[in-house]
Amino acid sequence: MSVLTASFGTLGRQVLGTLAAIGRVTGFALRVLGHMLRPPYYPRELLTQLLAIGWYSLPVVGLTALFTGGALALQIYAGGARFNAEAVVPSIVAIGMARELGPVLGGLMVAGRVAAAIAAELGTMKVTEQIDALTTLSTNPMKFLAAPRVLAATLTVPLLVAVGDAIGIMGGWLVSTSRLGFNSAVYLQNTADFLQVWDVGSGLVKGAVFGFLVALMGCYHGMNSGRGAQGVGRATTNAVVSASVLILASNYLLTEAFFSA
Amino acid sequence: MIELAGLHKSFGPKAVLRGVDLSVPKGTSTVIIGGSGTGKSVLLKCILGLVEPDAGTITVDGRPARQGDRDAFLTKFGMLFQGGALFDSMPVWQNVAFRLLRGTLKMPRAAAREVALDKLRRVGLGPEVADLYPAELSGGMQKRVSLARAIAAEPQIIFFDEPTTGLDPIMSGVINRLIREIVTEMGATALTITHDMSSVRAIADRVAMLHAGKIRWEGPVGDMDGATDPYLTQFISGSADGPIETLR
Repeated sequence: MSVLTASFGTLGRQVLGTLAAIGRVTGFALRVLGHMLRPPYYPRELLTQLLAIGWYSLPVVGLTALFTGGALALQIYAGGARFNAEAVVPSIVAIGMARELGPVLGGLMVAGRVAAAIAAELGTMKVTEQIDALTTLSTNPMKFLAAPRVLAATLTVPLLVAVGDAIGIMGGWLVSTSRLGFNSAVYLQNTADFLQVWDVGSGLVKGAVFGFLVALMGCYHGMNSGRGAQGVGRATTNAVVSASVLILASNYLLTEAFFSA
Repeated sequence: MIELAGLHKSFGPKAVLRGVDLSVPKGTSTVIIGGSGTGKSVLLKCILGLVEPDAGTITVDGRPARQGDRDAFLTKFGMLFQGGALFDSMPVWQNVAFRLLRGTLKMPRAAAREVALDKLRRVGLGPEVADLYPAELSGGMQKRVSLARAIAAEPQIIFFDEPTTGLDPIMSGVINRLIREIVTEMGATALTITHDMSSVRAIADRVAMLHAGKIRWEGPVGDMDGATDPYLTQFISGSADGPIETLR
């Protein structure tokens, strides 16, 4: 009986702990949103973050998309050959990149780069009392640190996804025309014929949501970092893991909302 | 004047402040001494609102610290943090002029830079450091920049958290002298926490000793050496023998 009680106790504590964490993150997100909407604004900080998050993530997102598009073309060609459907390569590459792989892989790569960087920077600022110093200088850390980062990621990740889509489709085209014997003009015509505006639009909406989640997790874990190098290290790991899991979970929910019959 | 009455603060089961009563008269320099981990920094952070006390009252110039416009309240304060707490991502002059570049005290960038250069000069640093980043400075220079930032907006009250920790004796003497001079010429109220007795003698008008979460002794700095409180005398002498428990 006591073993059963202890097991239920452990389970209950874990459930309560998880619910409390969800509550804390939700409260943090609402506060960030409030600070994004209410003045004062910090345009200089926003510009810095647009560059740090958007511009400097371009190489990693671009390379990821290029190789993914190429690999996707090879896989679809090999799979399609089993039932003489090799011709679907251009359309599947385009739709696959725009709807799923572009936003999800782009989001995951940004999570690895940006969530980690934000959590490490803000965590270090916390343990070195820089965040306390901001408060004593009459500056709200949520408004000065978190709001510009979350807004910048929400604005720039869709742009990164759009660029990633284009590069991914180009990767598929490159492999298809150079290795699989596709005619270049026909490949591009097929891509244009099959790709619809909502295929791209849904990916961009996903990108905005993923960008929001990535920066939110980076800020949340960074600003709640534990003491010392170990605390900052743990905050960085937690930021990347939670951002990645949230991207995959929200991707399913958004796909369900956008495309379920 | 800063008045603390019955201030309590615990972190989980650990009670750090257990009823602190303290008055810091306007225009004086008060130094709080006490061993490591006795809650000196927590006390400062409670006054600034960085840490929420569990009980007790804090009034500044007769007004409760938690009421009224928070920005206006914080504008009265300048603070020198133990590690400097300079912003890594900004050059030195922007650190010093931080408050003057945004918020209610905002001024044109060129004017803010001029004020920053003036304050840097006041703490003995030339214009050549203005465009360096904090990581490019030595520990002593970082403390001076942090001191310049604390006084940049001419605050009425300045807090100094362990101002000489990690500095060599000569640099400690320089920082102590700067603090004393600046506080005197600005007419500011200063509250310093330290366990460095040379800082106490250089900076203090009044001394308060925090021990076991309460103010154990309080009085003018001139009375400190003649005091009979065994806790204070052990602390001043740095002796391992006495009522203050030490780990060996």
